[in-house]
Amino acid sequence: MARLHEHQGKSLLAGLGVTIPRGRVVGTPDDAANACAELGGAAVLKIQAWTTGRKSLGGVAFVDSPEQARDESARLLNMRVGAFPVTAVLVEERVPIADELFVSLSIDDAARAPILLLSFAGGTGVEDRAAEVHRLPIDVNTGISRGGLDRLLADSPIDPARRCAVADAIESAVRLARDAEARSLEINPLVTTDDGRVIAADCRMTIDDYAVFRHPELGIEIARELDHPPTALERIAYAVEQADHRGTFYFARLPVEPGDLAVGFHGAGGGGSMMSMDALTQTGFTPANFTDTSGNPSAAKVYAAARIILAQENILGYFGSGSGVASQEQYHSAYGLAKAFLELNLNIPALVRLGGNSEDRAVDILEDACRDLPGAVEGYKKDHTPSFIASRFRSLVESAAGAMWIPRARRIPQYVGESSALSFTVRFGAGWEGACWIDPAAVTPRAAEIISAHAPGVFEFSSTGAVTLAESLETASTKDTELIAAEVELARAGVPVLFVDIPIPGLDDAPAASDAGASL
Amino acid sequence: MAIIIDETKRVCVQGVTGREGRARTRLMIDFGTNVVAGVTPGKSGEQVHGVPVFDTVADAAAHSEQHVGGPIDISVIFVPAPLVQAAAFEALDAGVKLVVLVPDRVPVWDAMRIAGHARGRDAAFIGPNTLGVLSPGRAVVGMIGGRAESARAWFRRGNVGVISRSGGMTSSCGYYLGQAGVGLSTLVHVGGDSVLGLRIPDVALLFENDPQTEAIVVFGEIGGSQEEDLAELVLEGRVTKPIVAYVGGKAAREGTRFSHAGAIIEGNRGTHAGKVRALRNAGVTVVDSFGDLPAATVHTLIKAGAVR
Repeated sequence: MARLHEHQGKSLLAGLGVTIPRGRVVGTPDDAANACAELGGAAVLKIQAWTTGRKSLGGVAFVDSPEQARDESARLLNMRVGAFPVTAVLVEERVPIADELFVSLSIDDAARAPILLLSFAGGTGVEDRAAEVHRLPIDVNTGISRGGLDRLLADSPIDPARRCAVADAIESAVRLARDAEARSLEINPLVTTDDGRVIAADCRMTIDDYAVFRHPELGIEIARELDHPPTALERIAYAVEQADHRGTFYFARLPVEPGDLAVGFHGAGGGGSMMSMDALTQTGFTPANFTDTSGNPSAAKVYAAARIILAQENILGYFGSGSGVASQEQYHSAYGLAKAFLELNLNIPALVRLGGNSEDRAVDILEDACRDLPGAVEGYKKDHTPSFIASRFRSLVESAAGAMWIPRARRIPQYVGESSALSFTVRFGAGWEGACWIDPAAVTPRAAEIISAHAPGVFEFSSTGAVTLAESLETASTKDTELIAAEVELARAGVPVLFVDIPIPGLDDAPAASDAGASL
Repeated sequence: MAIIIDETKRVCVQGVTGREGRARTRLMIDFGTNVVAGVTPGKSGEQVHGVPVFDTVADAAAHSEQHVGGPIDISVIFVPAPLVQAAAFEALDAGVKLVVLVPDRVPVWDAMRIAGHARGRDAAFIGPNTLGVLSPGRAVVGMIGGRAESARAWFRRGNVGVISRSGGMTSSCGYYLGQAGVGLSTLVHVGGDSVLGLRIPDVALLFENDPQTEAIVVFGEIGGSQEEDLAELVLEGRVTKPIVAYVGGKAAREGTRFSHAGAIIEGNRGTHAGKVRALRNAGVTVVDSFGDLPAATVHTLIKAGAVR
């Protein structure tokens, strides 16, 4: 889930009329001192981090002067929370609290509707006091019942003079959750103050990943919950996923300790990927990443996934396995994988379970296309269990005696870029395009036959050896799947006269692009 | 009998002229589903694999009433995720009582609005993010099996119902059960999202009332409360047929974050350990390894005297 920081959530609340403490977010000690001075000299400083219990982590400081704010914020800005360095501190007025409420909106999967949890005893540890928490249903269209809310407040210890303002604030929070398509929104605490105000003293909010595209105003870069700042490869992968909507693609780095037997992991389908990863870890390996290409992904997308997995350093092998009985035609994945492995001249073992529709064809494509690579490439089918493949993987890795993968630039045929070659644009998704290159002088009758079989109608081959495009540029540009198939089939036949150039923005621009030194 | 889908149900395909719509219409027809109409705005008059295409679900429904002998029973949706809500509303407003939402990435507030709309019309839905429902030897709605000849080869007809939260694992459960000699009444993929139409407990109640089904296999996962709610139904005696379950995501426990609020509402719910405990406490057979699922199912059928 895409998370918002406290200060982001608060400014959204303020936009709907909810009072928030005066103050602002700062990134340097000097600015913290200034912000503190603007508040009159006394302030509370809070790290902006996705964690609960900031106080017990030492992430909250009460200061009485700008100098103190400078010193304390310097300490706070040096903190790390998990893998995240603290880069922002919220400097706010100190609020004289009368009552504290816990307000939390979440989605109730059983009711298929949002639900509001409300407690008149806010603060930390409220999760342990479930008995004090009231549950109010929310209508997805009309919001919360004001009558129900007023009745609940009437029985509460909240000062009667503040109840209306409290109810207004809660209504606004529910409206914000709906407008921003939040999966959760928590104000803990919502406070009433001795000077008569109702203030949202904190705000934690997550936005539905699938709705982020409708909310550019939220400025969410990667709509995904990671326990570390997005790495270079994760950003590259996310861009690929956004561009090509044929099937899904998920790539996340996982922590690897020195001495771990790290492996590039490529799953297919959520449930099956999870089980396959279990089989891998039970065999003594550590997945360096979690990747899932599923839902009938295009060959281009699977290719990009493999390229990104193989941009990770120091992996001992490549392990692919999903549910094992896929509804999708598995040969598309086989073509994408084979193309990536060939371009990178793979020299570590790669074992891939391609069970499901067209598994015989898929395994044949993968193994035959990669037969001359220095690394062993093996395909498996639905009757092979992940544990069996993992133990085979173990023995191949052992016989490679610890040889590790070093990310490298892809191999591109010599005719690419030559004026004698024919080329045209190929599109893989929105804003993601490359080109198809063909070397007319090298096209043998056998090559022409293969191209015509796998990418029918794209080219015309004359008896004099001339090659021309038989379709409009627009139509030809949509034939990425067919052209990738043709390329791999030509490689299998030993006549590599056609190449689909699939640039991966960020990965090819800087061949050394990697996650070395990334904090996970 | 089977549940949800059989050869008598009249099925409409929304998004029938798209890449997925065409491919899955082929699967459904070849497998024996009674696909009576397709819908793509602006494409009325066309045909997809012999199925007439209409501009609206209302037009498709009128065609079904006049020429196929009754209303559309199920509409299955293959349109881009942002358009799913409008497509589902259209089907529900045209009187369709069961909508199957195949697409992935449907915004959760859209799913909740679809739930509200369906409730107001006494209708139900499956998904979003579902592979669909398949009754071996009868019919399929959605895309389980991908191709009819695969679906026929992989799944045997019999007396076990399958409910799964994972699409790929729905097929895997069905296939490996078949390899162990176990036949199936119906396979249901409830969908991978957090807000779903029919949930595991709802489908279990359908199987409970299905004479063909004598045992239920469940592929559960961490998160949400479907497995716990199923356990409650069993404890209440509302689901009495034997259940064999596997709960995925044990290894993901550490890396998975449960929201603050979820911890309050559900107490222990949502975790792998909590789900396994709730199911076992209700008398459900829970296997620790997915590979043990077929043998445990066979064992359960023998114990119940339901080996066919």
